[in-house]
Amino acid sequence: MMICSETSLSLAEGLQSTQSYNYTKYHSMDEIYRWMEEVERANPELVSSAVYGHTYEGRNITLLKLGLGNSEGRQKKLIWVDCGIHAREWIAPAFCQWFVKEIVDSYKTNKKLEQMLQNLDIFVTPVINVDGYLFTWANDSTRLWRKSRSPPPQGSSCYGVDLNRNFNANWGMVGASFNSCALTYCGRSAGSEPEATAVMDFVGGMIDQTLCFLTIHSAGQLILMPYGHPEISAPNYNELVSVGKAAAAEMEKIHGMTYTVGTSPQILYPNSGSSRDWARLMGIPFSYTFELRDKGEFSHLLPEEQIQPACEEAYAGALSIITYVHDKTFPDSVPPNAAVTSVSGFAVMILSTIMSVLLTAEVSE
Amino acid sequence: MATGELNPNHYPAQRAAKAVQHYLNTLYGSPYRVIFLNRVHSGYAEDVADSGRKYKLEITVQDHISNKTENCTAEVLFPGGEQQRPPQVQASLEELPTTDTKAEEEALFQKYKTNQGVLSEHLPDSHGHVDPDMEPFLHLGSAASSFIMLNESTENTLYNVAQVANVTQLKTENDQLKFDYYVLLHDMISQEIIHWKLLFTWSPQEGVKVLQMEKLPHSHHDETPQNNN
Repeated sequence: MMICSETSLSLAEGLQSTQSYNYTKYHSMDEIYRWMEEVERANPELVSSAVYGHTYEGRNITLLKLGLGNSEGRQKKLIWVDCGIHAREWIAPAFCQWFVKEIVDSYKTNKKLEQMLQNLDIFVTPVINVDGYLFTWANDSTRLWRKSRSPPPQGSSCYGVDLNRNFNANWGMVGASFNSCALTYCGRSAGSEPEATAVMDFVGGMIDQTLCFLTIHSAGQLILMPYGHPEISAPNYNELVSVGKAAAAEMEKIHGMTYTVGTSPQILYPNSGSSRDWARLMGIPFSYTFELRDKGEFSHLLPEEQIQPACEEAYAGALSIITYVHDKTFPDSVPPNAAVTSVSGFAVMILSTIMSVLLTAEVSE
Repeated sequence: MATGELNPNHYPAQRAAKAVQHYLNTLYGSPYRVIFLNRVHSGYAEDVADSGRKYKLEITVQDHISNKTENCTAEVLFPGGEQQRPPQVQASLEELPTTDTKAEEEALFQKYKTNQGVLSEHLPDSHGHVDPDMEPFLHLGSAASSFIMLNESTENTLYNVAQVANVTQLKTENDQLKFDYYVLLHDMISQEIIHWKLLFTWSPQEGVKVLQMEKLPHSHHDETPQNNN
């Protein structure tokens, strides 16, 4: 069933170019689609797009790929960032847009970022659950919708599947419901939902090159590590903890907000079928769920005045993890150090290696 | 269930501490005072024979209006048994309740003493906005909802107010402002949005007094009420 029109709660925003796009307001799906086209059009050397699936209602699931060419023609590694699996978590798509904007605006003057983009392609999906997100914009009574908009199963009148319980990762085992009316309904089978399958099919074809999988949600101010099952630990648990805690430390520096790091069964609740768990099980070594602001005062109805600070701290956290996995994978990549002018190239390499060891060892509780 | 010394960042201590937040708001919450859990420093849990599970907690709470914080030692007893019963909380604050809200509360009371009718819907709105004139009614709604959230709290819930869907003022009675609120509560653990109607009175002297609480069934076709009475 195709639905081609939707209403927007806010006044239509004029979208002339990415320069005038207001990143501190929530945007309708229509505006986000047009913004993606504009970002790609305006930054062809950095940005390309791909439609990698369709929602139940037939809408495009679109990503932006951020990356630069490298002169050596090396095979690039991948970073995956997705937002908006849960429809009501509006700060998440706002963050994906902010994330792209930050990179677009700073890569030409930030040598480290430029170099990372030569080694990495960053795939960003601003909204995975397009049908659900659209539904939350329909009217005042739909704002708190969470699931997709797939039709009720036989005998039920309840729409939608919790997409973050539908992935092929211990599906249905814990922390999910088989009741189609429940908000954690995991669907009729693992990967039954086209939105989840789109991610699994696309990323599934690139597992070996993928270093990092970040899935953005709200709320709670948490950085969740695999796995959602209380009896299973990732083999790189200690490293996941230290990298997560380093990210939380970077986030706290920005506006003083604390983000708790741990597995979902430790700091939130057990769950199964999450995209984060799927990614780790498939072999992507660093996989995290970010739960952004706040801690319950507004929850999913985060005021627009908080979009900027929430995104600034989330960007610092995401960049911390991306930088870590990049430097671990490309240890010979040393950005030119303008301060060290009279040192030989060999000494610069030693210095950078020492610095990166110190950075990775600097983990505070 | 976790017993003995608890990791303060893990969910058992956090959920018990949330019940303390709700309890403190039933005591001290007002249109100009809304208390939130800020941090759990330590926690200890033990089974109490035939009674349930008792948590001892050291927490910090914060009034989001004055931004002041206060440390608090609390005990929470979640009763055992088949039927869910409210937890029993022991906790008190000395500093936060002394923030001077008297003038503002009295002004609000006088302003609305002879008023009646629908004051507001959807606080906050879809974009998280609250009209400054309506902020006291959002805070009052949070305070009154705390009675519900406390009653409903278990070791498997984590309640917050998702939205105040409707604020209707009824005729002032016995020198108390009287309200009929429709509130949407979010339970983080089930992710459900639960609809409640609340009838309560408030005055600066008496604080919030809940008259009736009613949980409403809802259709799951959407997440907020479409028509209000």
